Amino acid sequence: MEKIVEIDMIKSKKYKDKAGFRKRNNAMLKNINAEKLIETILLLSAAAFILVIVLITLFIFAKGVPLVMQVGIDDFLFNSDWRPMKGAFGIWAMFVGSLTVTFSSMLWAVPLGIITAVFMAEIAPPVIGRWLGRLIELLAGIPSVVYGFIGLIVIVPFIREVLGGNGLSVLAGAIILGIMILPTIINIARDAIMAVPQEYKESSLALGATHYQTIARVIIPAARSGIITAVVLGMGRAIGETMAVVMVTGNSTVIPENILSPVRTMTSNIVLEMGYAAGDHQAALFATGMVLFIFIVCLNLMVTISAKAGRK
Amino acid sequence: MENHIKIKSRNMEVYYQDFQALHGINMDIKEHKVTALIGPSGCGKSTYLRTLNRLNELIEGTTINGQVYLDGISIYDKDVDVVKLRKRVGMVFQKPSVFPMSIYDNVAYGPRIHGIKNKSRLDEIVEKSLKAANLWNEMGNRLNSPAARMSGGQQQRLVIARVLAVNPEVILMDEPASALDPISTSKLEELIGELKKNYTIVIVTHNMQQAARVSDFTGFFLNGYLIEFNRTNELFLNPVVKKTEDYITGRFG
Repeated sequence: MEKIVEIDMIKSKKYKDKAGFRKRNNAMLKNINAEKLIETILLLSAAAFILVIVLITLFIFAKGVPLVMQVGIDDFLFNSDWRPMKGAFGIWAMFVGSLTVTFSSMLWAVPLGIITAVFMAEIAPPVIGRWLGRLIELLAGIPSVVYGFIGLIVIVPFIREVLGGNGLSVLAGAIILGIMILPTIINIARDAIMAVPQEYKESSLALGATHYQTIARVIIPAARSGIITAVVLGMGRAIGETMAVVMVTGNSTVIPENILSPVRTMTSNIVLEMGYAAGDHQAALFATGMVLFIFIVCLNLMVTISAKAGRK
Repeated sequence: MENHIKIKSRNMEVYYQDFQALHGINMDIKEHKVTALIGPSGCGKSTYLRTLNRLNELIEGTTINGQVYLDGISIYDKDVDVVKLRKRVGMVFQKPSVFPMSIYDNVAYGPRIHGIKNKSRLDEIVEKSLKAANLWNEMGNRLNSPAARMSGGQQQRLVIARVLAVNPEVILMDEPASALDPISTSKLEELIGELKKNYTIVIVTHNMQQAARVSDFTGFFLNGYLIEFNRTNELFLNPVVKKTEDYITGRFG
């Protein structure tokens, strides 16, 4: 290949000096080799990463699927009889528990988070917005066990004394989880709001809209897909959170009657029993993990779809 | 009414932090005429335009001195409601900033925020505004499709329709054709010619031919000063100031 090029070049008499041409040609080849090398390294890194993900997924499914087949999907998912020592593997109570704790935390954290994001992006003076941002990063940096500890020492006794019950409850989990997902919701929603083009805002104001009309009718609708992403990612975080939830929710394997009842989530179930589980019991915990996995994949799909819808 | 002065600015000065962007601008803008503001980039023409609907206030650290009178009323007065002012003085921006909603909702946006809820009344306003912006024939049967799917020229005319829908008296245009192709530009210029029968128009433009084509009066800005202001014919044919002559003959800028 290079020979042909070389001959062509010489024929064209542009390069009468053959040595000079070789030099240039070699320099060119070297660059191409470096590019190839970098591309290969990048490709290998990506492949290694994908391999790890695929192996973990396969492992979870290899452990979980046979157990689900053995018990039957119906009995596994929709039966709330969980007595692993006696061979009863129904996760319905935990499934409902996860959803209950997650949704009740979102019930207050989503509106508060979006309002805070609007405040930071649109209303607060930039200095205050920046400080709030740092504060929220700090909030995101606290380990979940510390949140759980605070919940156990402060919130659980508070609920016990003021509202009754023993305090270890859906409500305690919802309060702690809500605090934990706020940074996710606020940061992503704020970025989405700030990414709304300045022209939209100016056009709306120039039409005689007030600042609040502009926020409600132009800025939030324009940031809608980003705000949905924020909510869904917050939800994924809430569903997956384990440590803090285990510490404050009481963990009994019954479907909660009200927000003061104790509850066990799917993640709690895994962390509480994995230490002594073996055989079918262990497989049932992996199957619980599989359900969580599928749930979170669905949430991520929703994010992708809403992002695509937003780009239209 | 031929010579009614719609907007009068006196000693207008604008500072961005320490930088003085405008130096004592005095200008009389006549009703139902097109006034063009020309000059090189950064000369203050856009800043001046934005003093006329108080849009500079959005930029943090801006100080504004001097007076602008709309029909004799000082718009920087403490009693003036900036929302009502902007309803009377509409604005079209450089980039066609259609909202991410349908064509109909874009045009109806202004009337809706000003409290019109009646559907047939809104329909009527939308139709009238789109007709006035020469868009009805192209878009009248596609009112519910997203505005973002239109071409740049159509988007800019939609923005004008959106401004017309709130029934302003003055329309400010900040380089409205700079992102458009020549055909869209000529359609826009044609539209400006029609609009001046009913509206007072102030247009900032980089393009001197455009200023010469569409405007009745022209102001030449340089480094924050209004160097020369006159009837467009006079300014282009017999500029009084040397700097104006240099600029319009292409010796700088």
